[in-house]
Amino acid sequence: MNTSSPDARQTASEPLMTGSQALLESFLIEGVDTLFGYPGGAIIPVYDALYDYRDRLRHILVRHEQGAVHAAQGYARVSGRVGVCLVTSGPGATNTVTGLADALMDSTPLVLVTGQVGSELLGTDAFQETNFVGITQAVTKWNCQVKRVEDIPAAIAKAFYVARSGRPGPVVVDITKDAQCGVAPFRYEKLVSIRSYVPVPQPDPACIEEAARLINEAQRPLVMAGQGVLLGNAETELQEFLTKSGMPVASTLLGLSAVPTDSPQYVGMLGMHGNYGPNIKNRDCDLLIAIGMRFDDRVTGNPAHFGENAKIIHLEIDPAEIGKIVQADVPVAGNVRETLPLLTARIRRRDHGDWIAEFRACDRIEQERVIQPALHPAGGRIRMGEAVDTVARAYDNDAVLVTDVGQQQMFAARYFGFRRTRSLVTSGGLGTMGFGLPAAIGAKLGAPERNVVLFVGDGGLQMTIQELGTIFQSKVPVKIVLLNNSFLGMVRQWQELFYDSRYSFTELVNPDFGLIARANGLGYRCVERREELADAVAEMKESQGAFLLEVRVESEDNVFPMVPAGAPVAEIRLE
Amino acid sequence: MEQEYIITVFSENKVGLLSQITTVFTCRNVNIESLTTSESALKGIHKFTIVVRTTPETVAKVVRQVEKKIDVLKTFVYTPDEVVQQEIALYKVTRSHNVEQLVRKHNVRILEIDTDYIVVEKTGHKSETQELFRLLQPYGVQQFVRSGTVAVIKSKRELLNEYLEELEKMRKNPEQVRQEA
Repeated sequence: MNTSSPDARQTASEPLMTGSQALLESFLIEGVDTLFGYPGGAIIPVYDALYDYRDRLRHILVRHEQGAVHAAQGYARVSGRVGVCLVTSGPGATNTVTGLADALMDSTPLVLVTGQVGSELLGTDAFQETNFVGITQAVTKWNCQVKRVEDIPAAIAKAFYVARSGRPGPVVVDITKDAQCGVAPFRYEKLVSIRSYVPVPQPDPACIEEAARLINEAQRPLVMAGQGVLLGNAETELQEFLTKSGMPVASTLLGLSAVPTDSPQYVGMLGMHGNYGPNIKNRDCDLLIAIGMRFDDRVTGNPAHFGENAKIIHLEIDPAEIGKIVQADVPVAGNVRETLPLLTARIRRRDHGDWIAEFRACDRIEQERVIQPALHPAGGRIRMGEAVDTVARAYDNDAVLVTDVGQQQMFAARYFGFRRTRSLVTSGGLGTMGFGLPAAIGAKLGAPERNVVLFVGDGGLQMTIQELGTIFQSKVPVKIVLLNNSFLGMVRQWQELFYDSRYSFTELVNPDFGLIARANGLGYRCVERREELADAVAEMKESQGAFLLEVRVESEDNVFPMVPAGAPVAEIRLE
Repeated sequence: MEQEYIITVFSENKVGLLSQITTVFTCRNVNIESLTTSESALKGIHKFTIVVRTTPETVAKVVRQVEKKIDVLKTFVYTPDEVVQQEIALYKVTRSHNVEQLVRKHNVRILEIDTDYIVVEKTGHKSETQELFRLLQPYGVQQFVRSGTVAVIKSKRELLNEYLEELEKMRKNPEQVRQEA
């Protein structure tokens, strides 16, 4: 019986369907076009139904379930849509946990559907049974188990609503095999509210007035833009606020690309390896306006000293983030897309040119002492910074940058440059090595019209290297720049700086990446000499399919500037 | 400065929510002194009463994280002076003259008398039930169990009802619905 045919839907308002068909119909109603997944015993009924939906739902077969989640994250981050994954019970499900934790930390909307053993077997330690709702409690925004076919549409409707509303996050729906196989009339209602859940809190009008007053009085203000600007689609609202207020703006790692990096008011990235100006000037600011960011310790350093001479205004959608790390003088709850215009309407047009000039003076110091030697070294082996810079120039600073985690991540974030919003996909909060390759696959599928460039280290690439097989099978034209220093570079840097150069297990003896690339059908080139770098990057850019460009870089390069962990950000070190 | 707080959590009746709530306390290393849960006066809404000792800053952060759980409706935090609280303790004690004297003096309810033991119930603050336990101990307490605190607030306003009404108003306001969708 194929009740999912269009005819069946036309003839009955509530056609009979299996749970598996109901799940896929629910996906279609929610606008899903791509699934990332891996089949297995407890999810076979859904995969069987999916066979009839191949014309409407693209399924990307990954090589490991962790890859499915990271790919869905990449897809969601560039497209602003909900990433969707489908995996089996037991090991299939547990393999996704790292991805869920990453998505929760970085507020990425995901719906993960896991198969589960038959409801009659629940709690019996059946084959491939795990208590997945229990396991994922700490790494999901919401989760539930569905044991009855009739409950599938409502659970999926709630899952998508929770995942994408308010502060987005990952959701798990665990569906028992008997629910997938059962038959029930299908009726779907999109959810628009849940009694116990307020996705977008309302700002206190008094706080809006007080925030406007502080903004109008401030002499040395700094705007700090976080991912909330991107998640709230508030780039225009932020720009209007910046234009009228005249204030300098810095970005968190995940906020990058919300403001073009060549914008006259943009003064760089905050944080441990951020730019010199926004860190060193932290002590001089008399007002900090945090917009959709959560004061991560990599941004604040020692929170007791963060903005110690400044009033702090915190625009934030998640009430639990307000006052969690840094006490805001004026909290402004709400979606920044709604709250920023309330402030813009109430503030005076200002010019902070002299104050911005102070940041430019810092830029010159950073340029001379850090950037120039990093991008244009006098000699020696290729440096990571110059590799990033060469690629960025080749793409005219206008590609989707995906990174793994570590030194290459920080070099890429610092030197890639951005012209358009939603141009960075990186693992910020969790710092997940192995994130990059699968995330790049998802990013390319989520933004097919854009160039997608991945920077990855030799450590991180090997954590999820099996996803090269996904690229091979699904023909995803991702450009991979492997910065190979034969070290776990960031840990090595810490060992050098803080552990007396005792390089305990950070040196990697690597396989032949060229053979691996070719075995997986990727174009490949390896460069060791500076003179060949630009040509190799051009070859990668011009190639039609996926390409792995291996750049053998200086093995003991360090990322600077650096705020030592736990120190005040104004104690940033240039070398 | 640490002090006692009585936290009430109102939630949907959802499997596994108890563990989600207690995990928030665990993550912040806040020990739960007592926890009771049952259906509230409103049908379908569950009420947790949680007693903790912690700092004002921590309790504020914890309840915001509890409230973030999708199925949690609302949390309220009270200090002991803002609530009337009681707990029940049951004592199974070996019978003796001294025990009967004590039991008479302490205003307890006798639930069962057997040839060799007596089961009594005392309601009161934890300090009172603890005090009776201490006094009975020399005479052989075979079993002792305490219910955990239940509490009602002294304020005339029923905060949860107000909150639910506010939610309903917000829901009817199309501006808000548009934002949520």
